[in-house]
Amino acid sequence: MLEGIFVEGLIYGIMALGVFFTFRILDFPDLTVDGSFPMGAVIMAVCLENNMGIFLGTILAFSGGVLAGFVTAAIHNKLKVPHLLAGILTMTMLYSINIRILSNRANLPLMNVKNVMSFIAEKTEGIISEEYAYLIFFILIVLLIKLLLDIFFHTDMGLIFGALGDNQQMVVNQGISPDTMKMIGVGLSNGLVALSGAFAAQYLGFADVNLGQGIVISGLASVMLGEFLIKSNKISILTLRVILGAILYKAIMYLGRFYGYHINMTPNDLKLISGLLVIVSLFIANYKKIKGRSS
Amino acid sequence: MIQLSNISKIFNGGTHNAKTVIKGLNLNIEKNDFVTIIGSNGAGKTTLFNLISGNMFPTNGTVSVGDKDVTDDAEYKRAKYIGRIFQDPLLGTASTMTLEDNMMITYKKGFKWLKISLNRKKRSFFKKELLQLNMGLENRLKENVSLLSGGQRQALTLLMTVLSKPEIILLDEHTAALDPRNASIVMDLTAKFIEQHSLTTMMITHNMQHAIDYGNRLLMMDGGEVIIDVKGEKKKQLTVEKLIAMFNDIRKKDFENDEVLLA
Ligand SMILES: Nc1ncnc2c1ncn2[C@@H]1O[C@H](COP(=O)(O)OP(=O)(O)OP(=O)(O)O)[C@@H](O)[C@H]1O
Ligand SMILES: [Mg+2]
Repeated sequence: MLEGIFVEGLIYGIMALGVFFTFRILDFPDLTVDGSFPMGAVIMAVCLENNMGIFLGTILAFSGGVLAGFVTAAIHNKLKVPHLLAGILTMTMLYSINIRILSNRANLPLMNVKNVMSFIAEKTEGIISEEYAYLIFFILIVLLIKLLLDIFFHTDMGLIFGALGDNQQMVVNQGISPDTMKMIGVGLSNGLVALSGAFAAQYLGFADVNLGQGIVISGLASVMLGEFLIKSNKISILTLRVILGAILYKAIMYLGRFYGYHINMTPNDLKLISGLLVIVSLFIANYKKIKGRSS
Repeated sequence: MIQLSNISKIFNGGTHNAKTVIKGLNLNIEKNDFVTIIGSNGAGKTTLFNLISGNMFPTNGTVSVGDKDVTDDAEYKRAKYIGRIFQDPLLGTASTMTLEDNMMITYKKGFKWLKISLNRKKRSFFKKELLQLNMGLENRLKENVSLLSGGQRQALTLLMTVLSKPEIILLDEHTAALDPRNASIVMDLTAKFIEQHSLTTMMITHNMQHAIDYGNRLLMMDGGEVIIDVKGEKKKQLTVEKLIAMFNDIRKKDFENDEVLLA
């Protein structure tokens, strides 16, 4: 059970890293996520259904997410549409596109096809239990992604993203087009989100076009929960706390799902809880800021 | 170096709010010129910089840099050879990032790739350069810029701008938001850097004495026009009193002309 929370937290942590990139680093609140997460799931599902292999499926899922991000950034850049509207436009269009990717189906079970979960179970059979094998695999995968992101943010290009979210004029002054940077940033972010969706589908055993509903809020809640855990200005800590926040978020959701009935909660209330988590986090963050100013 | 030909800028053109802010302006800035610009509020000084840097586009006229017509070039493209510092110290740096990250970002102009250039060598280079500011910033490379004072931030911005090796720098009242002591420190550094790197400079200031003391050419703007343009030897002999007398003289003449017209 406990391993399940960690595994889910790690898988959704990849999505939360994407949300962290846009919301926190780029200051580009991107709602494409609700469409790119299921997009990753359905691309992966179709690839597995057609025996294209886990690796190729993963690459294609990531690429699909990147493309979705490009579309949002392009709408924002070229049509001078606000971030939020650009994201909602892409997200809405993705709903139809995702159904098309699934050949006009709304979901696709993955129980009977070879996928990353069955692959891990097969490879570790007789050595360790399935649950632990999953846990170790996802710890490694998420650490690898985190490490790559940390390195990325230390590159010359990565530093520009930090500046872009902080002070766009500074980026312009360097002779760099903020539009190009937004394309790259929002693209990469949605690539991560789609990757997370691809793993989530395999973990859940199905891909569904509704998998992404409200996912951006759960990502945001994870990011904010993480921010309460550790204070730092070092990127390696910032990415670490996003992942920890995602695990904590999943733990809270788990509590809600399994013990919520004591207070008459049903699984349908979980989205309400997600939203409230974000609101409470915002409230506490604001309160701290006000207190910080007066002292 | 910079050539403005017959530039005008009309805001809200075509509406009854139309407002001509720059009026048929012609200006030729030579390489290595250090031009100071004064003028009352709303004279069009910042608009002039916006037109040069590409932050705004002129309604009429052309902007050339070197021999190249850059009238239609986007701001980020022109920024490759223009360094601009604003009155607001917050605009030059990224506050949530460290000093060394900020310095790395501005070290080289143009698109950046996936290379890690911030290494020990760069850090010691940054430290050495920061020593010139004489503010103890060389020991604070890992601190966020938000922790610096306005004066420190503006001095850092100045240094960062100079290190990025622009051909032209535009300073828009870059000391106006600072207290007198910091303002004079930053102004001294500015003069030193301009001299050291022989930068072509345009500096807007509200301090007439500064406008007279620094640079080799002085422009006074009023109502979207350059009404006084003094260079070289003549500029060296300027005083605040002479400048005011010149201004009154020109504006009174205009007034008389208007009366003649009305009569
Ligand atoms: N984007 C804009 N839209 C409409 N009017 C503008 C705009 N920008 C500037 N103006 C107007 O143009 C005129 C000149 O403004 P500008 O900022 O160039 O003056 P300035 O000489 O820099 O003044 P100050 O010394 O106060 O900084 C002002 O009347 C201003 O209100
Ligand atoms: Mg101004």
